[in-house]
Amino acid sequence: MAHAKTVEQREQIWSDDPTAFRAQAAEWIAANFPPQLKGCNPLIFQNDADAAAADADFELWRERVAAAGLGMPHWPRRYGGAGLTAEQADIIRLELAAAGAFNPMRSNGTMMLGPTLMEYGTEEQKLQHLPFIASHERRWCQGFSEPGAGSDLASLKTRAEDLGDHFLVNGQKIWTSGGDQADWCFCLVRTDNSRKQGGISFLLIDMKSPGVEARPIVLISGSTHFSEVFLSDVKVPKANLVGEVNQGWSIAKRLLTFERGGLTEGRGEAPSLAPLAREYVGADAEGRIADPDLRGRLIRNALRSEAYNLTLKRHAADAAAQQAGPIPISAIKNLGSGVAQERSELLIELLGWRGLGWEGEGYAFAELEATRAWLHSKAFSIYGGSYEVQNNITSKRVLGLPDQG
Amino acid sequence: MAVLSEEQIMLRNMGVEWARDRASVTVLRQLYDGESVGQNPDIYAEMASMGWTGILIPESHGGSDFGALSLGLLLEQLGRTLLPSALWSSALVAATALKAGTEAQQARWLPGIADGSVIAALATPHGGFPVPNTPSITASIESDGWRLSGRVGPVPDGMLAHLFILSAETEKGTTLFLLPADSPGLSRRALAQIDARAPAILELDGVAIEAQGLLAGPENAAQILEHVLDCARVGLAAEMLGSATQAFETTLEYLKVRVQFDRLIGSFQALQHRAACMFQELELLRSAVESALAAIDAQDADLPAKASAAKALAGEILNAISNEMVQMHGGIGMTHEHDAGLYLKRARVADQLLGNAAYHRERWGRLRGF
Repeated sequence: MAHAKTVEQREQIWSDDPTAFRAQAAEWIAANFPPQLKGCNPLIFQNDADAAAADADFELWRERVAAAGLGMPHWPRRYGGAGLTAEQADIIRLELAAAGAFNPMRSNGTMMLGPTLMEYGTEEQKLQHLPFIASHERRWCQGFSEPGAGSDLASLKTRAEDLGDHFLVNGQKIWTSGGDQADWCFCLVRTDNSRKQGGISFLLIDMKSPGVEARPIVLISGSTHFSEVFLSDVKVPKANLVGEVNQGWSIAKRLLTFERGGLTEGRGEAPSLAPLAREYVGADAEGRIADPDLRGRLIRNALRSEAYNLTLKRHAADAAAQQAGPIPISAIKNLGSGVAQERSELLIELLGWRGLGWEGEGYAFAELEATRAWLHSKAFSIYGGSYEVQNNITSKRVLGLPDQG
Repeated sequence: MAVLSEEQIMLRNMGVEWARDRASVTVLRQLYDGESVGQNPDIYAEMASMGWTGILIPESHGGSDFGALSLGLLLEQLGRTLLPSALWSSALVAATALKAGTEAQQARWLPGIADGSVIAALATPHGGFPVPNTPSITASIESDGWRLSGRVGPVPDGMLAHLFILSAETEKGTTLFLLPADSPGLSRRALAQIDARAPAILELDGVAIEAQGLLAGPENAAQILEHVLDCARVGLAAEMLGSATQAFETTLEYLKVRVQFDRLIGSFQALQHRAACMFQELELLRSAVESALAAIDAQDADLPAKASAAKALAGEILNAISNEMVQMHGGIGMTHEHDAGLYLKRARVADQLLGNAAYHRERWGRLRGF
C-alpha cells in the first residue's frame, strides 16, 4: 500500500502538562512556520492546488506540519496525526493563530471526509485515505448536489448499479468545490429507487477513473472554484463503499454537521472596518466616521460579530464540558453567514465606486479583492444547506415544530 | 450556557425550581392588582433566607461572595417570570457601590442588605443615560456639612428602598452619598409605570448628610459610578435574557397547540422561520450576557464594552421577541389576562433603564474605535 511519505519522520516528544505543551507548541511553530506566509490568506492554497504547488513556502510549511502530524493533531499516528488530545489540538490551533500562522491541511478532506471516515470507514479505508488527508497530498471533492437536487438533496438521481465486484455509476453532480482539481470524490449515489433517503449510498470515487469528467463553472465573482462532474459508466470497486448499502443518507447527514461546523469557523474574526471607513468616507471633527448612518450600521454589524464569536467559543466550551446541549449548528451557521454577508456589503458600500471594479488599473488590489469577496459572500447562505434549509432544521429538529401539512 | 461549577449548577437549578413554584407571573399580577407595592415582601424574605441577597457581599459582612455570574444565573431565572423584586437594586447595584466605601460604611449597611432587612437603591439622573433637561441633585458644603437639594428619578425600586446610593453634582464634580430614606427633607413620590414596579422621584430640600454619608468624592466617584452602572447593566441584561427566553418558549408552545385552517399554526413555514430567527438571536444574547457576567468576576478592563454589548443586544432582542409574542398569539395576546402584554411592557422599561439599545450600541462603538 502507498504510504504518505511523511509518516515515519516524527521525533517530537510532546509534554502532558498543558503549560509546558503550550510552550512547546509555540516554539515548534516559531521554528517551522515560514515567516513569509505570516498573515496571508490560507484559503488561496486551500482552494487552488496550482497556487499551493507553486508556492515554495507553503509547500515547505505543509511538509513540516505533515511530518509532525500537526495538521490533524488529535488523529492517531497511524492515520497521519500526532496522537494528541482534543485539548492539546485546541492549544495548537490557538498558538497557530497567535503566531499569525495557519493549518495548511484545512480542506474538504480534513473538515468533512476525515471525521466521517473516522466514524464509518473500515480500517482499510482509514489506512488508505486518512494519512493522505492529514498530509494534504490528496484533494477531495464533494459529490452531493445535482442539477435537480440542491436544497432537496435526497432527491438525487445519480445511479450506482451493483454489478457484482463493482458499482457502475452514471449521473451528474454540480457545485462540486474544486472538482477540476480533486484527486478523489466522496459521492452520494442512488442504489434503490423505491425509497428516497433510504435508497442512497456513500461511495469514494477516484477522479482518474475512466468516465469521470469535471468542467469548471464560472461564477458571478469570476471564480472557477466549482465544477460540474459528469459520471458516465464509471466502475467503482465495492471496497469503496462507506458503511452499508443504502446507509448513505445517515452518513451524509453526519458529514454535513462537520461541514456546517467547518464552515462556521472564524466568521466575524475579520479586522474592524473602522479605519478603512475613516479612510474612504472621511472623519468628522471628533474623529468619527463622517457618514453617521453608515457608522451606525458598521457598529451594529461589528457588535453582532463579536457576539457571534463569543457564541462560537461558548459552543466549543459546552462541547468540551458536556454540561449543556451544544448550540445547534443550524443556528450557528445562519448567524455566521449573516454577520459575514453584512460585513461584505458594508465593505463595498464604504469603498464607494472603488468597490465596483472588476479588474485592471484604477483599483487597488485590496479593493478588487473586496468586490470579489462580496460577490462570493452571497454563497455563504446557499452552500452547506441554505439559510432557509437551516431554518427548517432549527424549526423541526431543535424547536420541535410540526411538519408542514 | 457558560461552564459552571457544581455549586453554580445547584444554585441555578434551585432558581429554576423556585421561580416556577414560588415566583410565577402571579406575583407580578398582584402588583397590577394593587395588592402590594414594588414587590411581595414575603417573596423577598424567602430569597434572603436562601442567601441570594448576599451573593456579592463578602463573608465578613454576612454574604457568600459567590460572584456576579452566580447572581446573574438567578436574575435570569427571575426574569423568566418577570418577578418584581429589589434583588437587582439592592443585592447587585447597591452592594457593588458599597464595596467602594470605607470599612465602617460596609459594616453598617452590607449585613442588612445581605440578610434582606435593608433594601438599597441607586439614585442617579436617568440611570446614567443622559437625556436633556434631566433633573439632578446638587450638593454644597455648609458650615455644618453637606447639604443636598434637587430632584432625581425615576429611581428603580425607589419606593421600596431604606437607603439610597445617590449621585450629586458638587462644584468639583460628581460625588456619591449614602442617604437613608427617612432623612429629614427627603420626600419621594411613586411613578406608575407600565411594568407595575415601584420607581420613585426623589425630592431633596436641603437634606443634611450624616458624618458617614460620603461614599466617594469627586476624585473617583464618577469612575465608581460608571463601574456600578456597568455591573447593573449586565445584571439587568441577564434578567432580560430570562424574560426573552420565556417569552419565546411561551410563544413556541402556543404555535404547537393553536389550530387554524385545520392545522397547527406552528406548521406554517412563515412562522417556523420567525421562530428559528428568534432562537438564533437568543443564542447571541446569551453569549454576550455570560461573557459580561464573567468579565465582572474577572475584573476585566473590557467590562464597559462587554456591558454595553450585552445591554444593547438585550434591549433589541427582548423588544423584538416581546413584539412577536403578542403578534403570534393574535387576539388573546392583546388581553390583560394573557402574559404577552406583561413581557411587552417590561421589555420597554428594561430597555430604557440605564441606557437603551441605541445608546449602548453607540457607547460600544466608541469603545471599539468607531
